[in-house]
Order: sequence, then C-alpha cells, then structure tokens
Amino acid sequence: MKTLLKNGRLIDPASKTDALHDILIDNGMVAAIEKAKSIKMEKGTEVIDCAGLVVSPGFIDLHVHLREPGQTHKETIRTGTMAAAAGGFTTVCAMPNTTPVNDSTEITEWMQHADRGASVHVLPVPSATVCSMGEKLTDYAALKRAGAVAVSDDGKPILGDSIMRAALVLAAKNNLPVSQHAEDTRLTGGCSMHAGDVSFRLGLRGMTVEAESSIVERDIRLCEEIERKEKLRPHLHVQHVSTERALDAIRAAKKRGLHLTCEVAPHHFALTDEAIAESGAGHNTQGAYDSRFKMNPPLRTESDRQACIAGLLDGTVDCIATDHAPHAHHEKNVEFERAPNGITGLETALGLALRILHMQHGMSLMDTLRLLTSGPSQVFSLAGTGRCAIGQAADLTLFEPATVYPYNANTSFSKSRNTPFHDIAMQGRIRRTLVRGKSVFNM
Amino acid sequence: MPLRTAKPKTVNTIAAGSLLSINDLSLDEISSLFSLATQLEAMPHVKRVKRLDGHKIALLFYESSTRTRTSFELAAKSLGAMTTLVSDKSSSIEKGESLHDTGVTLRALGAEAIILRSNLSGAPWVLARSTQLPVLNAGDGMHEHPSQALLDLRTMLVRLGLAKKALNEKTLRGVTITITGDILHSRVARSNAMLLPRLGARVVLCGPEALLPEQALALSPGVTIERDFNRALSQATVAMMLRIQRERLVGMEIDAAQYIDCYQLNTERLAAFAPKALVMHPGPMVRGMEIDSAVADGPQSAVQEQVHHGLVVRMALLDRAFNGGRA
Repeated sequence: MKTLLKNGRLIDPASKTDALHDILIDNGMVAAIEKAKSIKMEKGTEVIDCAGLVVSPGFIDLHVHLREPGQTHKETIRTGTMAAAAGGFTTVCAMPNTTPVNDSTEITEWMQHADRGASVHVLPVPSATVCSMGEKLTDYAALKRAGAVAVSDDGKPILGDSIMRAALVLAAKNNLPVSQHAEDTRLTGGCSMHAGDVSFRLGLRGMTVEAESSIVERDIRLCEEIERKEKLRPHLHVQHVSTERALDAIRAAKKRGLHLTCEVAPHHFALTDEAIAESGAGHNTQGAYDSRFKMNPPLRTESDRQACIAGLLDGTVDCIATDHAPHAHHEKNVEFERAPNGITGLETALGLALRILHMQHGMSLMDTLRLLTSGPSQVFSLAGTGRCAIGQAADLTLFEPATVYPYNANTSFSKSRNTPFHDIAMQGRIRRTLVRGKSVFNM
Repeated sequence: MPLRTAKPKTVNTIAAGSLLSINDLSLDEISSLFSLATQLEAMPHVKRVKRLDGHKIALLFYESSTRTRTSFELAAKSLGAMTTLVSDKSSSIEKGESLHDTGVTLRALGAEAIILRSNLSGAPWVLARSTQLPVLNAGDGMHEHPSQALLDLRTMLVRLGLAKKALNEKTLRGVTITITGDILHSRVARSNAMLLPRLGARVVLCGPEALLPEQALALSPGVTIERDFNRALSQATVAMMLRIQRERLVGMEIDAAQYIDCYQLNTERLAAFAPKALVMHPGPMVRGMEIDSAVADGPQSAVQEQVHHGLVVRMALLDRAFNGGRA
C-alpha cells in the first residue's frame, strides 16, 4: 500500500528543509521525498492532496498523563492517544502516576501492549523510585529493556539529596534521563497557585518561585558533583519550567556544559496567575476561582511568562511539552483549593504555539515546529522519530498553518474537558495525522 | 499580553442578588443598600415580615460562627423568610458530599438563596455557578467577608456623622483606618482594604512581616503598610483590631508576649496615640491579646454597634437578593 502526499510544504527542522515536496509512503515508511510533482504515480497509490498544508514530522510530547492503569474515568490510553492524534502528536511519553504507579516492567509493557488500542506511539516513563515514594530506586536497566525512555517521579519530586544523586548515577549508567518535576513540596503544602499579589488578593496560599528554583539548583549541583567525582554524565531533564529563576539556572548550567534539558508547557507561555482572579467588565468577578486554571507548576506572573518565551526563543528550552492532565468534571468542580492540579493540553499545543510564539513573538515556523519534533526527539533520544527522512517511519502531521479557529473542548477526543482554552482562538488547524503511514486523525 | 479567556461565555453566570466580593458592588449600590437598611430598620414588624414572606433561605456553614450566622438568620426571619441551617458537622458534608451536590440538594429542597461560610477561599463562586441561586458570601477562607465590610462601613459612617449622604469617592476623604494584626489570614481585612479606599479613605495596615507580607499592598492603591503600631495609631481615625487566627497559622509560631508588647491596643496606648479614634473589632476578640478589656468595653469602642449594624445590613442584603434592592 502506497500513499503519496502531494504538493505539501514539508517543514522538517531536523534537516532544515522548508520546501514544496511530495512524499511517498510505502508500507508505513517514507520511501521518497522529491520536489513537487516529480514522483511518478503508480496505479493504486492513494493520493492525499496537501496543497496549502504544512507537512511536519509527527509531534512528540515528552509529558502526558494517560491515566491508565487505574484512573480510566479520567482518560484511557485509547482516548488519550486519540486526543494526541487530533493535536498532531504521533509519540507521547506517559508519566507514571497511574494506579498503581508504573514502577515495574509489567506495567511498562502492559501500557505498550496492542490491546490498549493506542493510536499513536506510547513511550512509558516509569517511576524513578518504587511507588514514587522517593526511597528506593526502581530497576532502571530492566525498565529500559521494557521500553522506558526516561524515569520520573513526576508530581512527587525526589527531595532527598542522596536518593536523587543515586537516581542520576544509576540513570547515567543506563543512558536514561531523569525527568524531574522541580518542586520542593516541603514549601508548598496547602498551596494552590503562584505566591504573589494575586494569591494574596484571592486569599490562597501560594507556591513560591524558590520552591521550583531551589530544586533545579540542587539538581544541577548534584549533576556537577557526579560529573566530577563519578566520571559519569548524568542527564537531568527539568519538566514544565515555569519561573524566570529556574530558567536562569538552567541557562547558566547549560553554558557550563552539563547535560541538561528542559521543557515548557503551552499554558505557561499563554497565561498568567491573573487568569484565576480575572474579572470581566467593571467589578465583575464571576469567572474567578475557576479550577480550569489550576495546575502544577501554577500559572506565574507576566515576567515569568515572558521568561518562558525568551527561553523558547533563545534555545534554553529544548521542547514544548503539554503536561496533558485530564480530570473528570466532578473532580474539578469543587473549591479551588480542593481541585486536583492539571489541564488537558494535547489538542491545543500547536494552536497556542503558532498563535503566541510564531505570530506574536516572531518565531519561525521551522523553529516552532522544532520544539514539537526534533527538539523533544533529541531530549529523550527517541530514534526514528522527530524527522521526515527516507527509510523512517511515516509519522507525519499535516496542518493548515494560517487557519484561526476557536477551540471547542466539547468536541475533544479526550475523556475530560478540563481546559482553560475552550472558545479561545487557536492558530493552525490539524488536518491529518499519520502514524506509520496510517491516518489516525483526519478531518 | 497573556491570553484573555472568554469566561463569561463558558462559565455559568452568577445570579443577580448574589454578593460574592465587595468589589461586586458599586458605591451607588452600596448607597441604595444602606438606605434600604435604614428603611427596613424603621419598618414596623408586621410590615417587615411581609418582605420575604414564605421564602426559603439556607445557611450553609462549613466553619463555626456566632455573629455572622446568627445575624443572617435573625435578619432572614425578621423579613419573614424560613431558614434552615446546614453545617459541616451533623450533615452529609461529613460523609464527603461535595459543595456542588450540597448546593443543588438545598435548591431541590426549595432554597431560593444560600448564605455560605466556608473555610476555603473562592467557595461562594463554586456554589453560585453550581446552583444559579443568589449566594451571599458570609466569609470564604482567607479571602473576603463582604457583609462585614459593609457593616463596618455603616458603623463608621454613623459614628463619624456621614451616614446621611449618598456615598461617593470623597465620602471618607481625610479619614484614616488602621487595620492591625493578622492581615494575612483575615478576610475582614481584605474586604475592608478593598472597599474603604474606594470612598477616599486611607487604609494603613499594621502588623509583623509574618502576618502582613508586602503583597498586601496589591489589595488597593489606597493601602499603605506601617510596621510600628504606635505610629499607625497616631494616624488613625478608626483603629480596627484583628484576632490572630490560630486555626490558619499552619505551623507558624507567634510569641504572645512579644505580640502583646508590640501590637496590643490597651488603655495606655489608646490614650497616648489615638485618644479620639473609633475602636472597632470584627470579633471574636481575644481579650488580653490584641485588645484589652478596658478598650473593648470603653467609650471609644464601637464593637457592639458593629454587631447591630450587621443585623441591619444583612436584612438589606437578603432583601436585595430577592427584591433586587428596591424598597
């Protein structure tokens, strides 16, 4: 079975290609990439007209919560990957805070089994410690053989210095990144938003900038010490960076040559903590305390938002990751302080990246797509992903780059609707997503 | 600029007649509310009980309360409404029923308005969106206590001889209100600090750093911080004292002796620095801590009048919730 993508604008950041090309897919692999109209048509080849569309390597999300096993009322691997496909993602990395916690090869393999019905590639990120309790390391070598691409105690950061050091050492020996949610939870008990003027006004306890940056700085110190003393090269990946201070620490450590990478989530470059207090005209406060604006790390100040954008522009940030975190309506429809953290994000990542980074901040389409394709692919060394090249799996995303449309959460493929971006204008509409040459999303 | 989100379209709107934040009321609305209060106060009982005759009002209290609960309840009853009290103890809230489900249950039982006291900031917004009923915020966590700010304002206006005129942004020009104590955990402080500067008053917040962080300045441009209590008092037209909220300190330690030494309003201090100031306290008072008995019961104290104005203001708020504020 052959498919020809005709007349599309191929943008492949990995090879710095930006040109009108036809792409021939044969048996799920990219078989030819030629100047438009130069591929000869064989009989029986399916032709997909890509005129007006950008053809990009399939997007990669290093940070999603698919909620399976154990929390299937929020999401399943099937529904979560359908949302991923609708958002142009062909590979997603699934965090381990499932029920039970994915700390074993059994669950790691179970998540990748065909019976889960995934429509895109699911790469597990098992926990770095048993049950994510921060006490005993999991078996990194075995987990890696079972398909782990990194280890993480996401949501339950590794606070103990010695256990974090041990995790970095063992991960380095196994060529795995340690993906850390940087939050000193000893400083954030009872907190539900960023600590600042807005949290004071709203009477909500706030998470300080230092609660994030102190863990980033500690982890950087540990990496430096391990490089010096152990002659190993640990890879620390900092998840969803949200503060200027943590970004400054990461930028400086990268300059010193440490193996450090980081991601930023779209909501952190789109919104600020004011959204939680946001009042309409006059003194109208009717939209306040909306738990769709509650996630962890929290929405920060405008200067932090600008720092995230600056970090994306100057290369400090390696990739965009959504932190897709579905929750059932009844779980979110409670008092702000009691609501669980997290918002869905797979279907709004491209729309926000193009609207804010590309249109408002002048980032080229190529660079914007790099943050969704070759950028994340390199971070977790995901062979065979993140580029469009002959002989590679045809994981491709086709989208209209200029279309502006309001996102409708009610038509989401996710089981959950907890997004702050309902009715918000998105730029760039996904038309088709191909995984190994097969359309997994098509509109 | 960060994205503006289209909330009014996507979030259920909040019923007219609600009072969630003091910022929801314009000065004109507060003026009408106060004249309604005056009328209701003077109205003969037989006429007054017809105002909300047969209406059902639920009091939903997740936190203990004496003044606020009783005055809302008596206010509702004196307007002829039926009331029912649901508290977190002795209700299905103890079994884990959510605020949403509790609210819609009360609505199904015929409640036409809900008065909510919650230990969680923002809870009234959740309840108002869930039930679409008028919701009166009787204190939410550390956030706001709008009816308290209204009764405090009415107390001040009466005692300062300003009660007769309609309110505007100059009504309290030249008036300085000091609010002293545990500002961090105080919903009374927040509501007052947001309301009073809108009438031209200066609000001076006073307290130690741990209980009064610099972020408090964000409440209103009319707010300043003065750490020295004596200096704050010497500027005060009104000295409002607050209780240290031990239930919200979460691990924070306050040295009582040092606190009394620095921040207690006692007879000597009052005589030395604010011999003419009006003394207010939202209650409950911890006598001997932030205020001594002689001051609390003394001629400058308006504490009992505050309680009285609370009843009257809450009558007006309930009447407004049903009748749209028309006398």
